[in-house]
Amino acid sequence: MSFVWLWTDILVWTLVLVLIGAVRSIRRSEQIRKQWFYILKSPIAMSAAIVLSFYLLFALLDSVHFQYTPSKQGEATEQTVSSANNQGVLSLLDVILQHLRDKTERTYSAPFATHEYSTSLSYDESGAVTQVYRPLKFGGQHWTGSHTILDDVMVKTAIPFLFSCIFIAFIFTIHLGWGFVKTRGNYIDYYANQPDPKDELPWGAAYFTLFLLVFLFSWFYYLSHFYHVLGTDKVGQDVLYQAVKSIRTGVLIGLLTTLVMLPLALILGISAGYFKGWVDDVIQYVYTTLNSIPGVLLIAAAVLMMQVIITNNSDWFGSTEERADLRLLFLIFILGLTSWTGLCRLLRAETLKISQVEYVTAAKSFGLSPFRIIQKHITPNLMHLVLIALVLDFSGLVLAEAVLSYVGVGVDPTTASWGNMINQARLEMAREPMVWWSLFSAFAFMFTLVLAANLFSDRVQTVLDPRRNN
Amino acid sequence: MFEYIIKRFLFAVPILIGVNLITFALFFMVNTPEDMARAQLGAKQTTPEMIQSWKVENGYDKPLFFNGDAAGFDKVTETLFSQESLKLFAFDFGQSDSGRQISADIQERMGPSLAIALPTFIIGLVTTIALALLIVLFRGSTLDTVTMMVAVAIMSVSGLFYIIAGQVLFSKVWHWVPISGYTPGWEGVKFLILPVLIGVFAGLGAGMRWYRSIFLEEMSKDYVRTAKAKGLSDIKVLFGHVLHNGMLPILTGVVVVIPTLFMGSLIMESFFGIPGLGSYTIDAINAQDFGIVKAMVFLGSVLYIIGLILTDISYTFFDPRVKLS
Repeated sequence: MSFVWLWTDILVWTLVLVLIGAVRSIRRSEQIRKQWFYILKSPIAMSAAIVLSFYLLFALLDSVHFQYTPSKQGEATEQTVSSANNQGVLSLLDVILQHLRDKTERTYSAPFATHEYSTSLSYDESGAVTQVYRPLKFGGQHWTGSHTILDDVMVKTAIPFLFSCIFIAFIFTIHLGWGFVKTRGNYIDYYANQPDPKDELPWGAAYFTLFLLVFLFSWFYYLSHFYHVLGTDKVGQDVLYQAVKSIRTGVLIGLLTTLVMLPLALILGISAGYFKGWVDDVIQYVYTTLNSIPGVLLIAAAVLMMQVIITNNSDWFGSTEERADLRLLFLIFILGLTSWTGLCRLLRAETLKISQVEYVTAAKSFGLSPFRIIQKHITPNLMHLVLIALVLDFSGLVLAEAVLSYVGVGVDPTTASWGNMINQARLEMAREPMVWWSLFSAFAFMFTLVLAANLFSDRVQTVLDPRRNN
Repeated sequence: MFEYIIKRFLFAVPILIGVNLITFALFFMVNTPEDMARAQLGAKQTTPEMIQSWKVENGYDKPLFFNGDAAGFDKVTETLFSQESLKLFAFDFGQSDSGRQISADIQERMGPSLAIALPTFIIGLVTTIALALLIVLFRGSTLDTVTMMVAVAIMSVSGLFYIIAGQVLFSKVWHWVPISGYTPGWEGVKFLILPVLIGVFAGLGAGMRWYRSIFLEEMSKDYVRTAKAKGLSDIKVLFGHVLHNGMLPILTGVVVVIPTLFMGSLIMESFFGIPGLGSYTIDAINAQDFGIVKAMVFLGSVLYIIGLILTDISYTFFDPRVKLS
């Protein structure tokens, strides 16, 4: 077993490091800390932030890859069943959801089903042909039929419920203990003398959301040992597994695209606004030109060309995972290169405004170099715009992935993504009876992420945008 | 004003050249004529002679940017780039891979695209503005908060979901409208109802929030206070003053879109089987027909630039202070 670092893994962990660095520097600045406090003071924003970090956690778990080759000796019978699934590059999340990867059925089965969704022909001993619903290989096979599935599920809900209660109690204890340490034991005194009891973060909403999420995921996890909670798809793969695996693609496209577009927008926007003259003309020309090309078409054209490069140079890539990953990386780059223009224009306008302010004139007359002025006086004053743009773009990018995959210019067909799930499941709605669970799961997972991102970005905008803050 | 429009069109030329440069870079430098020849000829063992003859046949045998063999000004014009771009400026898009004239195809498919895009645009605009005005009347109330929450929820659902859910509910379960298809003329209306409705609904969330914020910003201005002090009712202020003054930011966002309506909607058209430019583009992308994609990119840019010019002109109608010069 050895670690495999895919390109997107490296980028996403770099981003995490950058974020940690940003948080550390934020803690030093009183003003920014206050701003974040106000953002999180809204119960909705707090809940949204917790949902977002849950998704991020899954994306990060899915971004630690290693090469896994099953050992040859021992457990021979079990090995043969699962060895096909186990070879190649696995992620930490794959290991956690190992049981879902192994339990592959023959074809469609509904959520919590014990039998296949459609009939198949069966020959009995006398040679007569009958139409039967074959029992599933794995889903619901512990079920003896002595009570209904619903009862069984209800009974099995108790364990995840208990687990989440204990988990929340554990977190709450740590939280209390931390507060105890922070106030040096004068806990009750400290909070009794708090000048304004409203100056507390909405912990009630936070714990409620956390409990809901932990309960939901432990419920899914526990029950997925017995059933296919969200059914199986055409080739019998567990839909829950696919939906969870798709989190990484969605989150990465939302996060890393901003990483690509940010330097472009910052450097070009600030230089256009600060240096004016021909620099401004050239940069304006570039972004007007890029802007005038319809977004989807530009992306489509670039992705088509990327496919040409990949087919022409198929020897660049070792494994299918690497090829799929590189394609995701290319897509992120293309999305980044086509989406910086909006932020760039905003930054240019704001820089134009700021460079007229007295303190910049003063700094100039002190003989500070343009680089220092930009670094010390201009960039910090643009950060709220950057942050607003980043959180606003995130949800749009997650939604865009689905549309692009549908158009055929999205991620690699072998990569798990909600767009690919929707694309594959689209025709299943026309089947009689309808196969709805694949589509439903993809949309539900996507909706939760996008809704949380939208609610959070709304709050960030309200707090940070001076125009909306009155 | 006439002078201004001419000037703006002249400014558009370098931008269109830039657009051409980008598409050219994508389509000819990444995917060189040699690659194209190999892909078209198909065979594994293609000789250099075969490639050369294919290039001559398709007119790709010139150098990319600079022709050293030609004399004088022809050094620049006798190249692949100028040959390909000049054709585009005359709206001559050449032939698609299936051998059809792209320009003729585009003309033919503009009608169906407009048949769906125009009603969606107009109905969408009117409903979102009307709803936003209504919400502004109730600003600060619970109704306002709830509606805005619903708007965020509507925004957060993927557009694909509305289309698929709409098709399943209205066509498959309730059989109210046909699931997809298109016929020109009035008989075709039954095909258009569902895509238009879905298009309007999908845009409702973002649109309502956007217009609401515009109107709220206007509401906080001095002239609104004066109007109220005069004793005008909320409704009169809203329709008499705020709507008129809010028109400028609305126009900024809306007029640009009008010319691009011709391009149709990729997703909508391919789901509902409408033979417009959107499905044309999607088919071209799936078939990797670069000629069509290139033509659509150019057309889209031209329409966008026309939209920008129209926006400037429309300002003069609503704000007499704006003078085009």
